[in-house]
Amino acid sequence: MKLLNYTSKYLAILLVPLITIWAFIFYYAMLDEIYDSLDDGLENQKVLLLQRLPTNPEILDHKDIDLWNHEITPISKNQYERFEERYTDTLMYMLNEQDFEPVRVYETKLAYHNDYYKVKFITSMVEEDDLIQDLVTYLIVLYALLMITIVILNNLMLKKIWKPFHSLMAQLRDFRIEKNHHIQTKDTTIEEFKLLNTSVTTLINQSRARFLEQQHFIENASHELQTPLAISINKLELFIENTNLSGEDVQTMASILDNLGRLTRLNKSLLLISKIENKQFVDEEILSFKTLIADIMDDFVDFAAHKNVVLDLETLSDVTFLINKDLAIILLTNLIKNAIIHGHQNNTVTIKMNEKEISISNFGGKEPLDSDTVFARFKKISTDKKSTGLGLAIAKAIAEKYRIKLSYTFNGQHTFRLSFPK
Amino acid sequence: MTATLVALFFYTLEEFLNDYRFQYYNCLKHLDMKLLIIEDEPEMLENMLKTLEREHYIVETASDYKSALHKIGVYHYDCILLDITLPDGNGLELLKALKSSGKDEGVIIVSAKDSLDDRLIGLNLGADDYLPKPFHMAELHARVKAVLRRRHFEGNSYITIGNLTIQPENRQVTINANEITLNRKEYDILMYLITNKTRLVTKSALAEHVWGDHIDQSDSFDFIYSQIKNLRKKLEHATIAIEAVYGVGYKLETI
Repeated sequence: MKLLNYTSKYLAILLVPLITIWAFIFYYAMLDEIYDSLDDGLENQKVLLLQRLPTNPEILDHKDIDLWNHEITPISKNQYERFEERYTDTLMYMLNEQDFEPVRVYETKLAYHNDYYKVKFITSMVEEDDLIQDLVTYLIVLYALLMITIVILNNLMLKKIWKPFHSLMAQLRDFRIEKNHHIQTKDTTIEEFKLLNTSVTTLINQSRARFLEQQHFIENASHELQTPLAISINKLELFIENTNLSGEDVQTMASILDNLGRLTRLNKSLLLISKIENKQFVDEEILSFKTLIADIMDDFVDFAAHKNVVLDLETLSDVTFLINKDLAIILLTNLIKNAIIHGHQNNTVTIKMNEKEISISNFGGKEPLDSDTVFARFKKISTDKKSTGLGLAIAKAIAEKYRIKLSYTFNGQHTFRLSFPK
Repeated sequence: MTATLVALFFYTLEEFLNDYRFQYYNCLKHLDMKLLIIEDEPEMLENMLKTLEREHYIVETASDYKSALHKIGVYHYDCILLDITLPDGNGLELLKALKSSGKDEGVIIVSAKDSLDDRLIGLNLGADDYLPKPFHMAELHARVKAVLRRRHFEGNSYITIGNLTIQPENRQVTINANEITLNRKEYDILMYLITNKTRLVTKSALAEHVWGDHIDQSDSFDFIYSQIKNLRKKLEHATIAIEAVYGVGYKLETI
């Protein structure tokens, strides 16, 4: 759920009790005010009546409340002294409405020429049920209006306000640290987004710096390893040549040499990956992949024969592509080598190519490989101890550099497919 | 008449000198071949010095930019092995200085920094070859010999070993004047073994040289055996033999 709708939802829920409580308070406050004003009016009537009384003594005969809106009843002095003014609510039959309607009654007393009277004033009052009904109706309308306003505001204004956030999010979604992406932050006056923008920018710059540092570290470390490796290998080679060793000793030495060779290859592979990622291969030319594959197959034919694997090339049409030659060779070599190494004996490694695709298939294990990790570094498929576990990672890095899609599928055969962009 | 005689004399002298060089070259002795190794890593320098002296080259060394520049200015060498990263300067600058002073030495750049830029710059500056560290000693010999051969015989040379004659420029191999046909790999193996004659050539060095750097990571180098077997068959009547050394590598011996 979007933040936008989330707040709206809570507002919608929260507004119900809020408006209800508000309605009660408002209703009673209003009613109180109405009573107050009615009572003032009634009291005013009494004042008016007292003013008029000296000139119009016949007022004292007004007995019909329906006619005069007041009723004057004579009372004894005793009653007069004990009488207390009071306001009461009661019902009265209203002709216009043809129903009993609430009225406010004010009972008071007056003394005139030693006569004592009880006076009753009456005024029509608000119909509470109508008031409540109206109040509820209007509050529902208010609630609806509020909700509509909130939703519209959320969708229009907030969307605009959140623009810097969404723009940042859209960029972060596509952000890859290995690519030199720059995050463009939108100018904003909102404090939180300013903070977010600066934090994200700082974070990305720092991470990118660390990443480059790490990458250069790998590159520098690999470089630094080359010389001691070279010295060791060459010393051993000279030692084997210059010393009369038994066959067993020579084999031991050769095994050390082999392992140093492995170390060298591993080191070179690491160096290669960082170089690809550091974009150190700039020279590009349009190459025929058919020719490249033919050359590589020629190099591998002995190796394949030794493994009892047949190499088969099916060409529908050539693929020509703008690429660095060294990298193209490494890409194809790694995939073909991989297929030969993991291909089962007495089976075929099939290389198929058409103008958009090159696929390299081999028979091997009956189970498909995990396509999520097959291109991961140091993810060894076999138990082959001489494999560096970097071949496919290098192939993937090269493919990605040139936007070639390298994918793995399994349908009885393990197939690695290069799909070239248009 | 005198002019013709003088010309003839110089022509004969040159022929003689060339022939003289052939002799030594063909015997794989390089008494007159002078090399300079410029390398700041003492152990690396020692290794290269030892292995090249075994090939009877005259080898001089320099371990920093200054002394290298001095030696290049004073002496003439047939081939210079040049490390790019020196403590007090860049090897590429030495190469520039060498070429700008009109010297025509063969130069092989030997670098731990196998960077494409350096390779391109180096070759553009006139280096003959670029050998990234680490390398096999056999590979070093092959590169040095290739440079010397190109420099001194302009390809018009032939190599004889036992009853075998090879003309590198058209890759022709004859045994007692009978031509034998070798495929690319067989020829490359043979040349590599001849270059490293009587020395042990490990399978990995051979595989990397003949099948290319990318053949590495193969689970073993035993696959080279089939080509060796074929080559041996073709060299049946030659007075050289490819001997296996404890399953570790091969060695070419004259019988």
